[in-house]
Amino acid sequence: MTSLTKDSPGKDLGKSLSERKALFRENLAGYAFIAPWLIGFFAFSIIPILTSLYYSFTSYDILGSPVLNGVDNFKNMVQDKLFWKSLAVTFNYAFISVPLRLLFAFFVALMFNRDVKGIRLYQMVYYIPSIVGGSIAVAVMWRRLFMADGAVNSVINLLFGLDVSTSWIGKPETALWTLILLATWQFGSSMLIFLAGLKQIPHFYYEAADIDGANRFRKFVSITFPHLTPVIFFNLIMQIIAGFTVFTQAFVVSGGSGDPLNSTLVYALYLYQRAFKYYEMGYSSAMAWVLVLIVGLFTAIVFKSSSSWVYYESKEGN
Amino acid sequence: MDSKTKKLLKRNLSSLGFHTAAVIIGFLMLYPVLWMISNSFKTTQEIFGQNSFSLIPGELLTENYTRGWRYNGTTTFTTFFKNSFIYTGFATLGAVLSSSLIAFGFARIRFAGRNFWYTCMFLTLMIPFQVVMVPQFIIFYKLGWVNTFLPLIVPMFGGVPFFIFLMVQFIRQIPVDLDNSAKIDGCNKFMIYSRIIFPLIKPALITATIFSFYWRWDDFIGPLLFLNKPKLFTVSLALRMFADPQTSTDWPAIFAMGTLSLIPVIVIFLIFQKYIVQGLVTTGLK
Repeated sequence: MTSLTKDSPGKDLGKSLSERKALFRENLAGYAFIAPWLIGFFAFSIIPILTSLYYSFTSYDILGSPVLNGVDNFKNMVQDKLFWKSLAVTFNYAFISVPLRLLFAFFVALMFNRDVKGIRLYQMVYYIPSIVGGSIAVAVMWRRLFMADGAVNSVINLLFGLDVSTSWIGKPETALWTLILLATWQFGSSMLIFLAGLKQIPHFYYEAADIDGANRFRKFVSITFPHLTPVIFFNLIMQIIAGFTVFTQAFVVSGGSGDPLNSTLVYALYLYQRAFKYYEMGYSSAMAWVLVLIVGLFTAIVFKSSSSWVYYESKEGN
Repeated sequence: MDSKTKKLLKRNLSSLGFHTAAVIIGFLMLYPVLWMISNSFKTTQEIFGQNSFSLIPGELLTENYTRGWRYNGTTTFTTFFKNSFIYTGFATLGAVLSSSLIAFGFARIRFAGRNFWYTCMFLTLMIPFQVVMVPQFIIFYKLGWVNTFLPLIVPMFGGVPFFIFLMVQFIRQIPVDLDNSAKIDGCNKFMIYSRIIFPLIKPALITATIFSFYWRWDDFIGPLLFLNKPKLFTVSLALRMFADPQTSTDWPAIFAMGTLSLIPVIVIFLIFQKYIVQGLVTTGLK
């Protein structure tokens, strides 16, 4: 996916002057076209990344200048209870919400992978939460939904004749679950991706399986699932990374605090607080690098293990 | 009953079961959104308490909308919507135009280091925003760009990796013969890009525009970092301040403004579904 066609314009030994000139002009044109990205890459990625690495070994409050303090930030982190708490909250969030969302997406995609009237409408309706889910309006609404006198309790009380007045957002045991539910609710985009994957499985596989007398379960295990594993794999990585860096929903639902009892203090929220509430730019940069290590480590594990469970149709396929 | 009717009955029953399940789950999926819309017409008393779940307001209170629109009296949602459209508009324009230029470079020109830079572009996707957040803030702070839209818009002119990837995929499907014949007709690279490729990748441009619109419209952390004056707030930021738990909250008004904030999102979805699904499937972006 990441590599373009193979070509090496650098091998110009023994070429005539006009050929070299053409080559030079080709290079020039190429760099001219990608210049906006190249400039942005250095200005907004490479330079900030290196600066961040430097800050992570300093104490820096924005007003003064950064003062090198060795690995103090990282040492402090080990002692910092909130750091460990936020790490635990984030792991819970990412490792519960992402598999749940993909599981829902997968089964609903299987259910909707048929030719019936109105199927497109169903697919679109199920996708709507993903479309609106990133908005602040929905995050704010979600808070109201799970408050003590919100709609969730009123439905529970109506259906079961109870008198529940728990604030699901206010209780440390349940607050994170409201965020997990908010993430799971948005399974629609993964569902559409899986549906597209299902459509690409060639029919003759199933026909051959029919001739061999395979039952539905057998066909699912040997044909459907193996064909979807690359898609599942890609989505798993991307969504877990996104899960590790979740910020907005936790910020809005908890009112920026990560409360109750820091039960929704996700890593990115804690990092934000250290940076922009306490102006500890060094410490928060160090935290960001720990996040890079975690994301990198996780990605590496998934990649390494992928060969044993990801099925590719052909090596050249794209 | 012969076996044929039995089979037909069975199929009809399973079809009925399917549709029942799909409709019930579909209703549950939509319920929170419908609840928000309905709340925007309710009184505060109706939103709380025993009948909170109801989707039917007692009476259609439109004054929630006028009250919400006024916000705090000094700055209104006219300003917030204007700000959101300025930010979203310019950022999207920058992101889509730049991405198409960059994609053309990667897809059509064989320059030295092309694969290297293309790989670099993908690697940046693995870097969490939190890493660049602090240095970017400090850079923009020192440039005096805080409390302007520049820190939000300018980086978009560097292109967006997802869009570049989408467009590269698209351009590679266009026959190179087109470029060659244009070259013979005297077109230079830029003319090939602007007159031939650009019009041909319209579907990819539309897809990128839609996703950029969604991401910028919903963007929260950017405005939170760089915009601290109420007159610069975007709709997202204003909604969050509106629902600040530290102050007493006017829920019907918040729901009214929340509903309005979703209108552009829903309208675009209804018009451009096809492109959205295509973009999702090609790049796996959300």
